[in-house]
Amino acid sequence: MNRSSRRRYSPRELGLAALLLAPSIAVFVAFFYRPFLNLAYWGTFESRRNGAYFERVGLAQYREELASDDFREGLWHSVQFVLYTVPPGLILGVLLAVSAHRRLRGIKVFQAIFSSTLASSVAVTSVVFLYLFNPQVGLIATDWLNDPGMAMFAVSLSSIWQNMGLAFVIVLAGLQAVPDEVMEAATLDGYGAARRLLRITIPLISPVLLFLLVVLVIHGLQAFAQIDIITGGGPVGATETMVFKINRLNRPDNIGIGAVYSVGLFFITLAVTAMQFVILERRVHYAR
Amino acid sequence: MASLTFEKVTKRFDDVVAVDALDLEVDDGEFMVLLGPSGCGKTTALRMVAGLDDITDGTLRIGDRVVNDIDPARRDVSMVFQSYALYPHMTVRRNIESPLLVRKYHADGPDREARKLTRAERNERVDEAARVLGLGELMGRKPAALSGGQRQRVALARAFVGRPQAFLMDEPLSNLDAKLRAATRLELVDLHRRVETTVLYVTHDQVEAMTMADRIAIMSAGRLQQVGTPQQVYEEPANLFVAQFIGTPPMNTMPGTVVTDGDGGTDGRAGIDVGGGRVPLPLGLATRLEEGRPVVVGVRPEHLHVTGDGPVEHKVRAVEWLGHECLVFGSIGEAPVVVRQTGMARLDTGGTARLAVDPADVHVFDPDTEQRLA
Repeated sequence: MNRSSRRRYSPRELGLAALLLAPSIAVFVAFFYRPFLNLAYWGTFESRRNGAYFERVGLAQYREELASDDFREGLWHSVQFVLYTVPPGLILGVLLAVSAHRRLRGIKVFQAIFSSTLASSVAVTSVVFLYLFNPQVGLIATDWLNDPGMAMFAVSLSSIWQNMGLAFVIVLAGLQAVPDEVMEAATLDGYGAARRLLRITIPLISPVLLFLLVVLVIHGLQAFAQIDIITGGGPVGATETMVFKINRLNRPDNIGIGAVYSVGLFFITLAVTAMQFVILERRVHYAR
Repeated sequence: MASLTFEKVTKRFDDVVAVDALDLEVDDGEFMVLLGPSGCGKTTALRMVAGLDDITDGTLRIGDRVVNDIDPARRDVSMVFQSYALYPHMTVRRNIESPLLVRKYHADGPDREARKLTRAERNERVDEAARVLGLGELMGRKPAALSGGQRQRVALARAFVGRPQAFLMDEPLSNLDAKLRAATRLELVDLHRRVETTVLYVTHDQVEAMTMADRIAIMSAGRLQQVGTPQQVYEEPANLFVAQFIGTPPMNTMPGTVVTDGDGGTDGRAGIDVGGGRVPLPLGLATRLEEGRPVVVGVRPEHLHVTGDGPVEHKVRAVEWLGHECLVFGSIGEAPVVVRQTGMARLDTGGTARLAVDPADVHVFDPDTEQRLA
């Protein structure tokens, strides 16, 4: 990055900058920063007598709840969910995009089909998968949803399917930005299909892949609807992820704990995202 | 090193015939330029040699080997693309080394089995390519940090490093500015002289073709029009298309009618009537053309001379003075005609000039087939 062009701004320029930023700052303050500070503040109150009144306990509740087994369990389930849904969705999306990125008659039909998962809502997809898993009428008639060892995997399938569509669309767009001549040069240089994918295509679309990874991990950590619809957190709490637990705690008697969990999840998400940038950005090639 | 042979090579895209039964032999070590306007099929012909486009019909050989169905990487040719097609995420060194990393080579002689090169062998070849193309201090940079001319040299080095049977070049100079293009033309000729590898070079720029080629193959609408040395295609164009495509400004053409003196000689009467006077018949042609035969006459602008008693009248419309020469625009009969003169023309716009032309400089074409008669 070129820092030598940095210079001081005049008061006039600073005033203009503030003016132009004002609308977005106002929206962020009203709908994000202020609610977030509120939430963090609630976390310092402990409910007494089932939410009849609240007592200010300061950071004690944070120390206690963030170290609790329940929080750790929720976090582990969320991590599991991310590990089950993000890599397969990403890899399948990339493979589909690479195979659909060619000039063939009727390829648009396949491109539309592959991206259709993006257009289906989480709720609809979840209901569809719920029926697929139905032991009586489902196509995948298994008892996975009642098996604590398999339930998380089963509930992940619908999200893999959805992530694949998102990855497909974005990777396909990324591939279209790669010049044909570069791929042809690689063919003539002797790169086979697999080598071409790993050594040329993937590096050239790496900015897109980093973006997808960050977005999919955040989506995964925030997953709620698919779990609520397909397993309801069961069996025996095996699929209770962070947001699922936060939602369960969203009652007057537990609202302080819910706030603590939410703030905890926020900072974990922030840390994971920052880590992805720090670790992976060095390997990302931004074409100029 | 090897020859390239096209035998009735055809390429159809759906209903469009891009290359129509191309017959062309590029000799071992020859610098052959495929020249033609955009859409004439020259790039498609090149891509078929590379294996990037399938061959619809016909036979393509590299050396003695038919390569129609051979994988691009196994044809042992390398290509320089118009956009250079460097790998943006790799350093210059890595870009040049890339074919050596993935391909196998007959490094122990043609009879021994092909193998991957060792690191030392790779370094030696990369360093040699870098030295020949003057890339020394750039080896650690990425393509984005290079100028157009530097990128072009990296692309050449990458093509050169594998010591292929033939270089294929697709308009490699078209992204350079005029000055750099002129300098690179000389470098390419020089490089070719040193490596003595067969080159098939595609361009729409006749100056590149004339200055670099051993032979030029001129294409139009998917068909080969003429193959010959720069001098041959300039002095004896096979048809009207070639006549007008080669040369700037293009060759003047005018419809005319043959007038003979009856006994096959070329006394004062015989010639071609072009409306504004009579152009002399090239030697030997008078016996072959009957009186009254319609023809198309072609004369290059530099072969028309302004003289007081010239046989042809030129109505002058405008004079462009370019310093070392001037172009006189006007018409003979109904046909627009340009005259090129060295120095300054002392002619008045709106006036007339008398033009003379040497019979040896007159080209005659058939108006229907557009083929050369003489």
